[in-house]
Amino acid sequence: MSGMLPPGFAELERFAPTWCLATEEERFSQRMGSSMQDLIDFYDAFFPRLEEAIDYCDKFPIDDLPADVEHLVQLIHSLAMVAMAVEIFGQVKTVDAADAVLTRVNEPRP
Amino acid sequence: MGKWPKPAEGTWTQHYPDLGTGLISFDDSVSPEFYELERDAIFRRAWLNVGRVEDVPRVGSYFTKEIVAAKASVIVVRDKDDTIRAFHNICRHRGNKLVWNDDPTAETSGTTRQFACKYHGWRYGIDGACTFVQQESEFFDLDKAQLGLVPVHCDVWSGFIFINLDREPRQTLREFLGPMITGLDGYPFDKLTERYDFVADNNSNWKLFADAFQEYYHVLSLHPQQVPIAVRNPQSTFECAHFQLDGPHRLVSTAGPRRWTLPPEYMYPIERATRSGLVGPWHTPDIGELPSGLNPAGLDEWGITNFQIFPNIEILIYGGWYLIYRYWPTSPNTHRFEATLAFHPARTVRERIEHEVAALVFKEFALQDAGMLGGTQRALETGAVDRFPVSDQEILVRHFHRVVADWVEDYQKATAGVPA
Repeated sequence: MSGMLPPGFAELERFAPTWCLATEEERFSQRMGSSMQDLIDFYDAFFPRLEEAIDYCDKFPIDDLPADVEHLVQLIHSLAMVAMAVEIFGQVKTVDAADAVLTRVNEPRP
Repeated sequence: MGKWPKPAEGTWTQHYPDLGTGLISFDDSVSPEFYELERDAIFRRAWLNVGRVEDVPRVGSYFTKEIVAAKASVIVVRDKDDTIRAFHNICRHRGNKLVWNDDPTAETSGTTRQFACKYHGWRYGIDGACTFVQQESEFFDLDKAQLGLVPVHCDVWSGFIFINLDREPRQTLREFLGPMITGLDGYPFDKLTERYDFVADNNSNWKLFADAFQEYYHVLSLHPQQVPIAVRNPQSTFECAHFQLDGPHRLVSTAGPRRWTLPPEYMYPIERATRSGLVGPWHTPDIGELPSGLNPAGLDEWGITNFQIFPNIEILIYGGWYLIYRYWPTSPNTHRFEATLAFHPARTVRERIEHEVAALVFKEFALQDAGMLGGTQRALETGAVDRFPVSDQEILVRHFHRVVADWVEDYQKATAGVPA
């Protein structure tokens, strides 16, 4: 079975089914449904290669990305989502957000 | 002595002496009776921003807007001559709601050549004219020319579509906006069309959320995580450089160091890796010359200007991108919040990631602002305290509640003795 991600990022395949998600709503929901340890595992595995991943994706035209590159962009967006929890708040949920909800209803893709 | 000079009077609040410096009431945010007055005095009389021209990109593009506070549903559509028009969303036959999808209470949008009523099939052109009546000969003295959709006053400023539900608006849109807001004329909003749109149904009066975005005094306490913990200074203070009032409208403007000039420990790793974050992308494409009204105090290292357009819109402009907030009352203690982040369309994947990170950080801290609302609303509703001190940094809060009271009072005077 070929992977979802470009071959150079094969080590991250284990995160792809969970985190290659097309919308912020899905990524936010995945974060909220994850344990902090899940988020840290993904963050620790991917963050060291983040800048390399951005540079790799940046070689392709944004309106015509191959499927594996689009998946990698989604994985980058997910890493940024997870960084909100891991780097900024030290917990899954935004500190002091209480019952607040803010739904993203329109966004560019990917 | 603060970081920024204050006006000659000593404070911003005293620079506008009509405001006073006394305690203020938030009864306007808990009283059902006051809410009923606001509906007529404000939401049926003020110009209201319902969208941007990009929301109706082509001839026949339309959206509907539910304005609960004004008991109105409005269709906004781009007509054949490229004029943007607004109509009440009601069929002239028997009053059915004309344009809706699965849920008649929900907003919808699309592109069409005509509007057809689901009930009996009457049809209207995008210019509002009634074009078809099913079995017209069955009716009595029917004059289709008199049965077009009921127009709503509609005008556009800088690509922002405004409507006015008054029978005859007391001011044109430009008169209403006044010189401080129209000082933004020429700002290239039309170049910033990559949008991230958000909605939230919040459990507070609409004004309480607007208050959260017209002062930065709360930032140190509510949003300490905006600065990484290793360099967080509990002794720090936050002051804005410039406040300005013009009629019912307000602005606050301030400066800030360019993010990339800060020592790296002042940013989170994700911000450094993506060159984006708290105040948006570090670098944005050149969007041309900017109007002087954007930086009305002429600040060096200008950072933001936050325009609060009465009654319920905020346009917050950063370097090369901007945000829109709108607060739509849905009851005395609830409102629908809309937020939009608008960037230059990403030309590369890297730019798209910059926008995504800015939109993520925005949401995290907006959730903290919104998280306060239910508690504030409930605490105010206890009535245990009825007068509150408001600092000079919160002058815009003081002004906002004053203007709301003034509009309600003007309305009461104008309608006193007039049968409803």
